[in-house]
Amino acid sequence: MTTSMPSSSHAHAASSEFCMELENVGISYGSNEAVRGVYMQIPHGKVTAFIGPSGCGKSTVLRALNRMNDLIEGCTLKGRVIFDGQDLYAPQVDPVEVRRRIGMVFQKPNPFPKSIYENIAFGARINGYRGDMDELVERSLRKAAIWDETKDKLKESGYALSGGQQQRLCIARAIAIEPEVILMDEPCSALDPISTLKIEEMMHELKKSYTIVIVTHNMQQAVRVSDMTGFFNVTPKADGDGKVGCLEEFAATETIFNAPTQQATQDYVSGRFG
Amino acid sequence: MTSTTSPLPAQQPSFSRSSLRLNSSLARNRWNQFFTVVAAVFAVMAVLPLVLVLGYVLVKGGTLLSIRLLTELPPPPGLDGGGIGNAIIGTIVVTLVASLIAIPVGVGGGIYLAEYSRSGWFAQFVRFGTNVLSGVPSIICGVFIYGLIVSTRLFFGQSYSAMAGGVALSVLMLPTVIKTTDEALKLVPQELRWGAIGIGASRFVTITRITLPAAFTPIATGVVLGIARAAGETAPLIFTALFSPFWAEGLFNPIATMSVLIFNFAIMPYEAQIALAWAASFVLVVMILAANLFARWLARFARA
Repeated sequence: MTTSMPSSSHAHAASSEFCMELENVGISYGSNEAVRGVYMQIPHGKVTAFIGPSGCGKSTVLRALNRMNDLIEGCTLKGRVIFDGQDLYAPQVDPVEVRRRIGMVFQKPNPFPKSIYENIAFGARINGYRGDMDELVERSLRKAAIWDETKDKLKESGYALSGGQQQRLCIARAIAIEPEVILMDEPCSALDPISTLKIEEMMHELKKSYTIVIVTHNMQQAVRVSDMTGFFNVTPKADGDGKVGCLEEFAATETIFNAPTQQATQDYVSGRFG
Repeated sequence: MTSTTSPLPAQQPSFSRSSLRLNSSLARNRWNQFFTVVAAVFAVMAVLPLVLVLGYVLVKGGTLLSIRLLTELPPPPGLDGGGIGNAIIGTIVVTLVASLIAIPVGVGGGIYLAEYSRSGWFAQFVRFGTNVLSGVPSIICGVFIYGLIVSTRLFFGQSYSAMAGGVALSVLMLPTVIKTTDEALKLVPQELRWGAIGIGASRFVTITRITLPAAFTPIATGVVLGIARAAGETAPLIFTALFSPFWAEGLFNPIATMSVLIFNFAIMPYEAQIALAWAASFVLVVMILAANLFARWLARFARA
C-alpha cells in the first residue's frame, strides 16, 4: 500500500512556506526497497518528528534529507527532495554543500578525538569561518546549553565529558556552522532522562533560529518537542512478498496524537501496536 | 511441564557419587598433569631460541662495544682494531630510503583500501596481492630489484647502490604498511566519519583531519615494525646495495650495511673481522629490539 496523501495536502504551495519538500521519495538499499511513496512538507522554524516502528524507514528518510545515504553502498533514491528551490539529488548539486546547510546529529554521541574547543572550531574552520573563533565556540556551546559545564575545560578532550554532555557537544558542533536545518537521528536514545530533558529544552530554544527534524522512538518526546509529526509504518508490498516502509500520516502533532485519521496511527500512538 | 519431577528418585542413580576430595590417582587427573607438563615444556622450547640468541650475541658481541666500534671503519684483512661505523650509517641510510618509499605508498594504498574502495574486485585484488607479497621470500625481492635496477643500471648508469638497496627493502616493508594502515582505518568508528561529513567536511578533509589522526597510533606501530623487519634483512641487500669497506659515498654507490657486514665478515678467516661481525650482530639486535620496544610504547597510546 502506498501512503495516502498527507491530510494537509497543499499541492505545490508557495515554496517559501516550507523548508523542505519531499515528492514521491522512495529509497532502496540495493534491490531491497526500504521506503516508498513519501510526500512531505517540512515547515520552517518548527520541530518535525518522525515516529514509527523499527524498520519503517524513518531514519533512512532523515538521512536522505542531507544526502548522508550517499555514504551507504548501493543506496538509491527516487523522487525529489526540494530544499531552497533546488532538488538535492540533481546531478549538479554538491553533497558537501548540502551538508553544510543541513547539519546532522547522530544517535550515538560522536565527538572528535580532539579538545572540546577544537570539536566546535573544526567545522567552522573547514567551512571557511573568518571571525572570532573564541566567540563562535562560546556562542555555540551556550546555544547547546553546555557552556557552563565546559567553559573551564575547553582544552580537555571531548571524550572527557559524560554521554549526555557529549551529545550536547555534538549539537553545538552542528550549530557552529550555522546550518539552516538540523537533523537529529534519535539523539536521546543513548542518554539518561535528565540529559534527555536538557536536550529537549534546548530544542525549544533552537527552533527559534533553525528548522529541526528529529527521529524518535519515544512518543512522549515527540509530543513534548514537536510541532509536526510524521508517522511511518511498515506495510506488506502490494506486488509480492517483503515489506516496505511508508509515511502513513503527516500532520500537526496534536492531530496525530489526539485525532489521527488513519487507524494504524491510532493503534500506534495509543500503544496497541509496535 | 508435562514430565514429572519428583524430589525422590525411585530408581537407582545413573552416576555413582564419590567423595569431593581430589583424587590425584584418577586417570583424568594424571592426564591433566601430564599435558600441563608437556605444554609447559613446549612453551619453554619456544622461547629458548630467543633467549639463547640474545644471550649468545650479548656475550660474544657486547664485550667489544666501544666508541671506536661505532665510529671507525673496518680494518683491512689481516689488521686488528677498527669498527663498523660505515655499516651503521649505511643501515640507517638504506632503511631511510626504504621508509621514504614504503610509508607514503603503503599508507596511501591503505587509505585507498579502507576509505575509498568499495571492496570491489580491484580492492580485493590489492588485498590479496598484499598478502602474497608479504609471503614472498626476501631473496626474491633482492633478485627482482637486481634485475630491475642493478643490472639495467637504471640510476645514472650505476649498478649496485644504496638507492637500489632501499628500493628492495621498501618492497619488503610495503605489505606490512598497507595492511596495518588498512586495518587501523577500519577500526576507526564509522560514527566519527559521519560526524565529520555531517558538518560539511569533504571526504579528503575527513580522512586527513579526522580518520588518519584517529588511526595514527596503530599505523605508526605497524610502520615501526616494518622498519625493524627491513633493517635486519640481508638477502635483498647482497644483490642491491652490495658492500663497501669505506664511508658512504652518496646514494648511488654501493654502501655497507650491518647485515651484509655480518654475512661477509663472519665467514672470513681473520679474528678481527669475526669479532666485528659479532659486534655488529649485537648492535643490530639492540637496534631492532629498541624499534620493537618503541612500537610497543606507541601502541600504549592507542589504549590510553
